[in-house]
Amino acid sequence: MTGGFRPYDALMSLFREFAALPVAFDWAEKDSKTTRGHPRQRRGIRPDMKRYSAFAIAREALRHHTGWERAWRSPEPKKKYDAIIVGAGGHGLATAYYLGKNYGIKNVAILEKGWLGGGNTGRNTTIIRSNYLQDPSAAIYEKARSLYETMSQDLNYNVMFSPRGVMMLAQTQHEIRGYKRTAHANKLQGVATEFISPQRVKELVPIINIDGPRYPVLGALWQPRGGTARHDAVAWGYARACSAMGMDVIQQCEVTGVRTEGGKVIGVDTTKGAIDCDKLGLVVAGHSGVLAEKAGFRLPIESLALQALVSEPIKPCMNVVVMANTVHGYMSQSDKGEMVIGGGTDGFNNYTQRGSFHHIEETVRALNETFPIISRLKMLRQWGGIVDMTGDRSPILSKTPVEGIFVNCGWGTGGFKAIPGSGWAMAELMAKGYSPLTDEFSMWRFREGKFIDESVAAGVAH
Amino acid sequence: MLTLQCPYCGVNAEETELTAGGEAHLKRETVGSSDDDFEGYLFMRENPKGVHFERWRHSYGCGKWFLAARDTNTLEVFGTYSAQSKEPPKELRDKISAKRPGWSWREFK
Repeated sequence: MTGGFRPYDALMSLFREFAALPVAFDWAEKDSKTTRGHPRQRRGIRPDMKRYSAFAIAREALRHHTGWERAWRSPEPKKKYDAIIVGAGGHGLATAYYLGKNYGIKNVAILEKGWLGGGNTGRNTTIIRSNYLQDPSAAIYEKARSLYETMSQDLNYNVMFSPRGVMMLAQTQHEIRGYKRTAHANKLQGVATEFISPQRVKELVPIINIDGPRYPVLGALWQPRGGTARHDAVAWGYARACSAMGMDVIQQCEVTGVRTEGGKVIGVDTTKGAIDCDKLGLVVAGHSGVLAEKAGFRLPIESLALQALVSEPIKPCMNVVVMANTVHGYMSQSDKGEMVIGGGTDGFNNYTQRGSFHHIEETVRALNETFPIISRLKMLRQWGGIVDMTGDRSPILSKTPVEGIFVNCGWGTGGFKAIPGSGWAMAELMAKGYSPLTDEFSMWRFREGKFIDESVAAGVAH
Repeated sequence: MLTLQCPYCGVNAEETELTAGGEAHLKRETVGSSDDDFEGYLFMRENPKGVHFERWRHSYGCGKWFLAARDTNTLEVFGTYSAQSKEPPKELRDKISAKRPGWSWREFK
């Protein structure tokens, strides 16, 4: 708009009022009694953060999209924070978000050695489900799945949660029995799943070949409210919401040392200088062992490369997520039309973020039988991430031998689906020192023999 | 693709011929060991980003177990040696020191 008349100005005050309406913003400080100041400031939201809405699009359309601002600030670190979270992936950002939202702890920094969401958050196959066998797992994964349902509204950021349904194929007699058992367990846990027939599988996934010959489809464990979400958007949405609460998301800031005094954490050394803190949350997945060593304790974790690949984009042909654990592959179709395929982990420790080539061959060879139409697809990209594996394939959300240090790691090959629940529980653990959701996931469960064994039980392609 | 030379049969075996067997030089705890030692033996594993010593088996070859020194960050293989070794051979440790000055792994330097 370059002329004298500026409808933008005329409309702006109206939009401002809309933006200030008390809808959907539940990270507000509920105990705030103050009535002065901007209405959004009263609710704990930085008044300079602009809300995304249809009005915002209209507003920006009128001024040639010159008013969009950065979604989060990139501040320099302060001298001291109440809490520091190491790792700005999904789990770290979610932890920080719920520290602020649920417990009012907002003097928080999230340190990231690379770029935001550049680790496993940006490398996974975005599957969300909660059909686990053991009660502690079902509790935290179902909490996460239910938070995904409203995440876009909570964060005012479209994470494209798509509850399109997830099925895990039973291709052996053992899997039928295993999945029926899981379906029963899920009923008791209040997780909606069911065991469905091969005919129902074929109805839901017309491109599937249920006849075998090597691995016929004998049924499937079906979770209709499982699905996918846009993985990057989850990290970006949380980062924006954290930044809006006044937290500092500091990228390219690697933690080089952990300072303790009398068995208690007092701060960290980073590539951007020393930063003090009262509480420290280590949420760094594959590098958990490396950081734990700096803090002076060991974790029962080994780091392996896990890889995934996507095909060229094709027309919509499959609107559910299919996991075939016997043949060790899983597939879904992205909104761009690419077939997203997840493969296996390497058998040996490594930190390379690429993975061994022969795993791709094994995965694709197996999926070719179940999905004959993919045999002529070209594969476009392949990548790897470093997954942190525990002995029982369940995560660790725990206090540590050092007072004030908490760890959230060991999510292994299935962390994305857990992000909001993990952050919710970890924030409670850090703020209150106890969380019912993390109680069973202590790092001492191994020596106590209290495994949460999902490695065989869940039949997951771990 | 990872290639290791089997110290027994001398074959340069690639990954699909081999089975990874985890951390090398583990001391097997037994009757009379403390709880801490048992926990360490059963669950705690070295997980370095860098020099690492591992057990491997030449499964689709001579079938023998052997030990290997690798860098988990670059996948560089420093060498392989007999499973009957109590510690990495001196010349292998010297070779690693030349390439990764200051490395350490458990009690080895």
